[in-house]
Amino acid sequence: MKPEPASSQPLLDVRNLEITFHGRDGAMKAVDNISFAIEKGETLAVVGESGSGKSVTALAMTQLLPPPPVCRVGGNIFFEGLDLLQLRQRELRRFRGKEIAYIFQEPSTSLNPVFTVGNQIAEAVKLHRPEVNDVTAEVIRALDLVKIRDPDKRHKDYPHQLSGGMQQRVMIAMALACHPKLLVADEPTTALDVTIQAQIMDLLKELKTKLGMSVLMITHNFGIVNGFAEKVVVMFRGKIVEAGETQSVLRNPQHPYTKALIACIPRLGVKQQRLTTIDYATLG
Amino acid sequence: MKENLFIQAARRPLGLAAMITLGVLYLVAIFAPFIAPYQTQTQQLQKTYHPPTGLTWQDGRLQVKVYEQVDPTVYEPIPGGAAPIRFFARGFEYKILGLIPWDRHLFLVEAPERIYLLGSDSTGRDVFSRLLYGAQISLSIGLIGITITMTFGFLIGSLAGYFGGWVDNAAMRLVELLMAIPGLYLLLALRSAFAAHVPSDQMYLLIVIILAFIGWAATARIIRGMSLSLRQRQFVLAAEVLGQSTWKILTRHILPNTFSYLIVAATLSIPAYILGEAALSFLGLGIQEPSASWGLMLSQAQDSKVFMMNLWWLLIPGAAIFVTVIAYNVLGDVLRDIVDPKMKVQSR
Ligand SMILES: Nc1ncnc2c1ncn2[C@@H]1O[C@H](COP(=O)(O)OP(=O)(O)OP(=O)(O)O)[C@@H](O)[C@H]1O
Ligand SMILES: [Mg+2]
Repeated sequence: MKPEPASSQPLLDVRNLEITFHGRDGAMKAVDNISFAIEKGETLAVVGESGSGKSVTALAMTQLLPPPPVCRVGGNIFFEGLDLLQLRQRELRRFRGKEIAYIFQEPSTSLNPVFTVGNQIAEAVKLHRPEVNDVTAEVIRALDLVKIRDPDKRHKDYPHQLSGGMQQRVMIAMALACHPKLLVADEPTTALDVTIQAQIMDLLKELKTKLGMSVLMITHNFGIVNGFAEKVVVMFRGKIVEAGETQSVLRNPQHPYTKALIACIPRLGVKQQRLTTIDYATLG
Repeated sequence: MKENLFIQAARRPLGLAAMITLGVLYLVAIFAPFIAPYQTQTQQLQKTYHPPTGLTWQDGRLQVKVYEQVDPTVYEPIPGGAAPIRFFARGFEYKILGLIPWDRHLFLVEAPERIYLLGSDSTGRDVFSRLLYGAQISLSIGLIGITITMTFGFLIGSLAGYFGGWVDNAAMRLVELLMAIPGLYLLLALRSAFAAHVPSDQMYLLIVIILAFIGWAATARIIRGMSLSLRQRQFVLAAEVLGQSTWKILTRHILPNTFSYLIVAATLSIPAYILGEAALSFLGLGIQEPSASWGLMLSQAQDSKVFMMNLWWLLIPGAAIFVTVIAYNVLGDVLRDIVDPKMKVQSR
């Protein structure tokens, strides 16, 4: 084992990230000067409402946003000390999937309807792990890892033959098949039923400890952050309004927006007359 | 996916009928040298505009009637005269599928008598034989043409839709330019841009290229729209985040999802190629004598004699074109119904 050269260096270090979209009616700043870092093996939750710039931040990390002039990205994103924003598309392909893997909100549309799920996982394995000889065995192992029953039969299924929860498990299996160092999960449970949500979150929790990978969890639900992420970042209209340890943010939120979001978490046994609403006028 | 589409089509009566028709046509074209009693260029100047020979049953075997020429173009059967048809007889040499040399023919009659199942033309060539050989050219031109068209249409359309920006702009302006010019004028203009006289074998290639050049634009435009919308689908993004190359994304994610459209579009546009070749050859700009194509054979029927003297058999290539075009259109319609349930008319 080589000694870790810079143990102080975080796995992912985002500095002064700015994302601007240029449309017909002028420029729109989707992300405005945000910075955060993720250590090895750590989980960071990015919480914020719809349109606050969470997804574009995640996509910017491997330059998946539309090319200029439509979209301009400023700042630095260091991955193990290397600035991803300076890399060319060809070099980035080594990082996509291999070092940084993604799972998305909508499992049903994330899988190509014309291929079997096993075929799609195999594609990922072949792409980044050419040394694997028995790809099918690897696919079955990956499906087994995400707790799909009868993986030796299920890998021959087409996406439409699986339930939403199973499709999301397949997406997770596909993302993890190449042993990424960082998993970006963009609202992985939003499209799913509540009971399935809990199962998927449990699975992710188990897998990240087992594989020792870092996770960037994007969500607008504070409820799933607790017990899953060590740190949390709250985004509001493209800016980070609050950041810190999950426990301290939950216990003692500073920003009124965070307080409002936390108030939205439904609690067992607490009777709520109406759903809490966020009063934007007071937030400015 | 792919086999499925045609199996589904075969379950519908119309689809099955169209597929059988096309199957027979292509089989006949492939085995043309075996079925045809004569070669395309074999002339018989004493028997010009011979009507289709009648068949009789005499002496316990199938025979053809023998005719005598009463006027330059009027033939009368000789009473009692007949020549026996010999099946699997030796005739001119050819190669089965262009490979195995053979000289057997499905049927022949003893020379000097000739069998003209569909009459003879102005130089006494057998229309039936020429029709079969013509099928080889007329039917294959559509398939080869459409393959080239669909390949280019897909490549240009999907790249335009996938990359967007200036690539898209450039490609689509070119498409609009091509589509703005009426097809037949473009066909003639392109044809005249090349040398007036081209050897027959190169002519075939030239026609295919000209037709494909005109055809790709419409396909490219539709594929561009489809790939633009597929690009937004999350599985394309999922392939991108996995680090797939552009080529892989095009062939694995865009192509299979546009495949059914391509099949339907191809089936529906093959008639345009068959008609395009027919038009060029009819106008004397396509396949040259002594080769045969349906369009070229029809151009002989322009002669006023055909109508004056009711030489109806010279119009048979037109009927062949008609049947082929109808069969392709019906099959295309059936495939489209299967692929696009929204457009399905209640069918039972
Ligand atoms: N391709 C694009 N072109 C123009 N604007 C875009 C594009 N993608 C995102 N935006 C804008 O960027 C802003 C941030 O979008 P983003 O998708 O990051 O939101 P989000 O926080 O992920 O929301 P959600 O919770 O709904 O997923 C939005 O205002 C959106 O309109
Ligand atoms: Mg989002």
